[in-house]
Amino acid sequence: MYAIIVGAGKVGRNLGRELIAKGHEVTLIEVSRECYLASEEEFEHAIQYGDGTELWVLERAGIQRADLVIAVTGDDEDNMLVCQVAKEKYLCDRIIARVNNPRNYDHFRLLDILPAVSATDLILRLIEHEVPRYGLVHLLALEEERLEIIELEVSDDAPVAGMPITEISLPDGSLVISILRDNSGFVPKPDTVIQAGDEVLLVLDPGLEEAITAYFAPDAARTAAGP
Amino acid sequence: MFVLIVGAGRVGSAVAKSALAAGHEVSVLDEDPLSHERLDAGQGHSWEDSGGHFTVGTALETDALVAAGIERADVFIASTDGDNTNLIIAQIAQRRFNVEKVIVRVMDPARASWYRQQGLHTISPAEQAIAMLEQALEVEHV
Repeated sequence: MYAIIVGAGKVGRNLGRELIAKGHEVTLIEVSRECYLASEEEFEHAIQYGDGTELWVLERAGIQRADLVIAVTGDDEDNMLVCQVAKEKYLCDRIIARVNNPRNYDHFRLLDILPAVSATDLILRLIEHEVPRYGLVHLLALEEERLEIIELEVSDDAPVAGMPITEISLPDGSLVISILRDNSGFVPKPDTVIQAGDEVLLVLDPGLEEAITAYFAPDAARTAAGP
Repeated sequence: MFVLIVGAGRVGSAVAKSALAAGHEVSVLDEDPLSHERLDAGQGHSWEDSGGHFTVGTALETDALVAAGIERADVFIASTDGDNTNLIIAQIAQRRFNVEKVIVRVMDPARASWYRQQGLHTISPAEQAIAMLEQALEVEHV
């Protein structure tokens, strides 16, 4: 695979190093002379000096044959622009954009620049996983496929506590895929009985979170909805 | 007509002033409060007294765009000093806020040209300067 990485800061350099170690061809593009010179010794021909938002710089790096373009500069507009031209002008199959300010995530989505990865969001997810606030944790969101996987802790007063899977009629577009109980996980059978304290993994169509929470953690659903 | 101009540098502020003088309602958004002085300069009255609006904020902040009146803008001009910023906010104005007329300043002729093909109204000062210099050169040689 040939990957172009725009931005050779900490994120870009580490990505480049990992991809090269996995046997991929990589070109890093860095606009700061200082940053470029600092990385040139390590990356040699795999790093180029230039503004990766300039079309001729991208073409010099061979964007026409790139399988993957990753934009990880510290500037969200630059990352959006690089990915937009990679995808729409050079018809690159895969793009990945870094979101520096999570409030800009909507802009990435508006311009269809996905996946867009935000370190702040990732850390927030981890915090949610450790300290579930509403009893619901997003484990994975597949935006393109419009699916997500969530984790919920079954509360004592949950309507489904004590019911076997077959008797629970969940909304269309949701499915229990796994149950974590006593530190081990298993895939439920139709006659598996859900217990209070279980952690339940579900795959969902986006937008069903609130409806689903009402089945497994009614208190959390009320808290999340506000006073 | 309600005109929203993002970026009040030399170009943005001059266009803002002439649009106001032409009788349009004009709102300016800039991240630097000092750019307000450029709007006041050379005018008998302050920018606000003459009927202009000014908002301090960055162009990518939706709140700032809304505060500057993007929801009722008929014309949106992106004239910050960043080509990429201009190209991105212009698309936001077009796609999210459905502003009817969106004009973008893009220094780089290559990006200006490609985005023009994609349907954005781009204006490239560099492109203009190149054409004028080429023309001037020809005149010299005649």
